[in-house]
Amino acid sequence: MAGIRKPSPLRTAGKYAALAAYVGFALFPLYWLLKIAVTPDQLIYSEGTRLWPSAATLANFTTVVFQTDFLAYFRNSVAVSLTTAAATTLIAAGAGYAFSRFHFRGKSLIIAVMLVTQMFPLLMIIAPIYKIVAAAGLLNSLTSLIIVYTAFNIPFATFLMQSFFDSIPKDLEEAAMMDGCTRFQALRKVILPLTLPGLGATLGFVFTAAWSELLFALMLINSNDTMTFPVGLLTFVSKFSVDWGQMMAAGVLALVPSCLFFIFIQRYLVQGLTSGAVKG
Amino acid sequence: MARIELRNVFKHYGRTEVLRDISLDIEDGEFVVLVGPSGCGKSTLLRMIAGLEPITGGEFLIDGERMNEVTPRNRDIAMVFQSYALYPHMDVARNMGFSMEIRRDAAEKRRVRVTEAAKTLGLGALLDRLPKALSGGQRQRVAMGRAIIRDPRAFLFDEPLSNLDAALRVEMRLEIARLHQRLAATMVYVTHDQVEALTLADRIVVLEGGDIQQVGTPLDLYERPANRFVARFIGSPTMNILEATPTETGVELKNGARIDLPQVPDRSTARQLGIRPEHIDLAGPESGQISGVADVVEHLGSDTNIYVDVPGLGPLMVRAHGNVPLRPRDAVSLRFQTGNAHVFAADGTALRSAPV
Ligand SMILES: Nc1ncnc2c1ncn2[C@@H]1O[C@H](COP(=O)(O)OP(=O)(O)OP(=O)(O)O)[C@@H](O)[C@H]1O
Ligand SMILES: [Mg+2]
Repeated sequence: MAGIRKPSPLRTAGKYAALAAYVGFALFPLYWLLKIAVTPDQLIYSEGTRLWPSAATLANFTTVVFQTDFLAYFRNSVAVSLTTAAATTLIAAGAGYAFSRFHFRGKSLIIAVMLVTQMFPLLMIIAPIYKIVAAAGLLNSLTSLIIVYTAFNIPFATFLMQSFFDSIPKDLEEAAMMDGCTRFQALRKVILPLTLPGLGATLGFVFTAAWSELLFALMLINSNDTMTFPVGLLTFVSKFSVDWGQMMAAGVLALVPSCLFFIFIQRYLVQGLTSGAVKG
Repeated sequence: MARIELRNVFKHYGRTEVLRDISLDIEDGEFVVLVGPSGCGKSTLLRMIAGLEPITGGEFLIDGERMNEVTPRNRDIAMVFQSYALYPHMDVARNMGFSMEIRRDAAEKRRVRVTEAAKTLGLGALLDRLPKALSGGQRQRVAMGRAIIRDPRAFLFDEPLSNLDAALRVEMRLEIARLHQRLAATMVYVTHDQVEALTLADRIVVLEGGDIQQVGTPLDLYERPANRFVARFIGSPTMNILEATPTETGVELKNGARIDLPQVPDRSTARQLGIRPEHIDLAGPESGQISGVADVVEHLGSDTNIYVDVPGLGPLMVRAHGNVPLRPRDAVSLRFQTGNAHVFAADGTALRSAPV
């Protein structure tokens, strides 16, 4: 065939240059975060635009960890994000399975309503949400955040899970049922193992969304004890100055759980688990 | 082992009727093949027997026991899917032994049976492979192995060979025939392929448009099709259908040729004559009933297919035995084996031949 030719070295070089430019563009802010975090206070302004400061320090990190409430914010965020991710994924998996496999009255209506919820800008509903949470006496509690985050993430997570279930052939479930499984056994022994990548992706998506959420956290939480980390970051902004170094150090630390989480779930994200199920 | 009965079974999807008043008895140990054009409801019928599809009306019985409401797992029927439906995250051994795993059979017993079945199917060396590392034919075997292991009351096959290439299909067809001989189990088999149907079946069920057109042995369907649809559906190449009008002794074709049909006593409603390509002989020049011109000649080695253009009648397909030295545009003279001709009324039903 004429189409298969060895790509010219120029093309290959161009491709890698483009990739490198993209990666550099995407990672540069992270690099800058790290750079400022290790820059000693007195050099922040004098060497503001240098790629690497003349001296590096971990002082900002130690200050953040030992002399601020950062660890508390951090714990709150972990608790809220993990619970939200787990609850959302659990509910979304159930709903997604139902949408994928069953026909029932009102199904298209429910899907339409779920789509509609995704259309409103959050700012529009923040006041009523505040009212509801206040009336329920849940202001300043992590529970309120978990409930709100879970509610807001369920529609998208459900669509995500539904598409994962849709990609698993119905034949597999039916074969399992012919092999003597109840529907639930078929779900647990055949469908669930194949949905692990989907569950991983959904968990990761919801976790990140909850981890970095600021708006509701800002509105619903006032007390220092229950602040999540994005709100806590703002405490580094005082009336008279912004403590850039500490803020960036806190930011770097905040990246750690996200990274750990993705390292943990990435083996479930590898595609191709279903290959070989049907045909050849 | 099982005797399967369908009594006036209906299937509706919402308002669309897919199967209409299906009644069928499948004897214990019988191999029944369902054939019919695409969309006629073969898979639907099979899935209703399996319990994967609810039955809208009528009764379905296994060994005289009503099964309509029984879940698939309690019907004790095994099914081989067209897509094979192997569990992608389980190796071959676990795929095959999965039903025993669910039944909580002892691991040792499971291992013995899996090994045994794998040996019969030539899968011995593949037991710890995942399905994605198998060829199409091997996957097919695993799917069969999974069904055999269970020792079920009946086997269902939904076009199990349609994803295989021609050579492998012949091989697996033999394997299924052997399997049936060895197990003597009740089997219901769906296929598009009439060679599979004719070679495997004890009885063939021809479905079309949601109705059973005919049930019979392969020879029955070939020799005594109940109507024009079955006549054309069974047999390859397809039967020639010619417009005809009844006469004193037989029928007259559009080109004026008269065919005597003493074996069909009541010809008054005859509208069409059906004759299979293999039932038309090449006659000596001018000595046949019909003459025409060869259009295309296909030499198959053992047979020769000749597409003949007959003036006033249209194209006619003839299958001659052996290698016939004919060329396109040669004049041919044809003689019908009238004893093997079929006559159809206007609605397509076959007019019965008197028994010979
Ligand atoms: N879920 C469904 N809803 C509505 N109609 C359906 C549904 N499933 C199948 N049908 C219809 O039922 C008819 C029979 O389908 P079925 O799959 O049994 O055909 P088939 O004979 O197996 O065809 P093929 O040879 O192509 O596999 C088809 O006309 C199809 O459109
Ligand atoms: Mg089908």
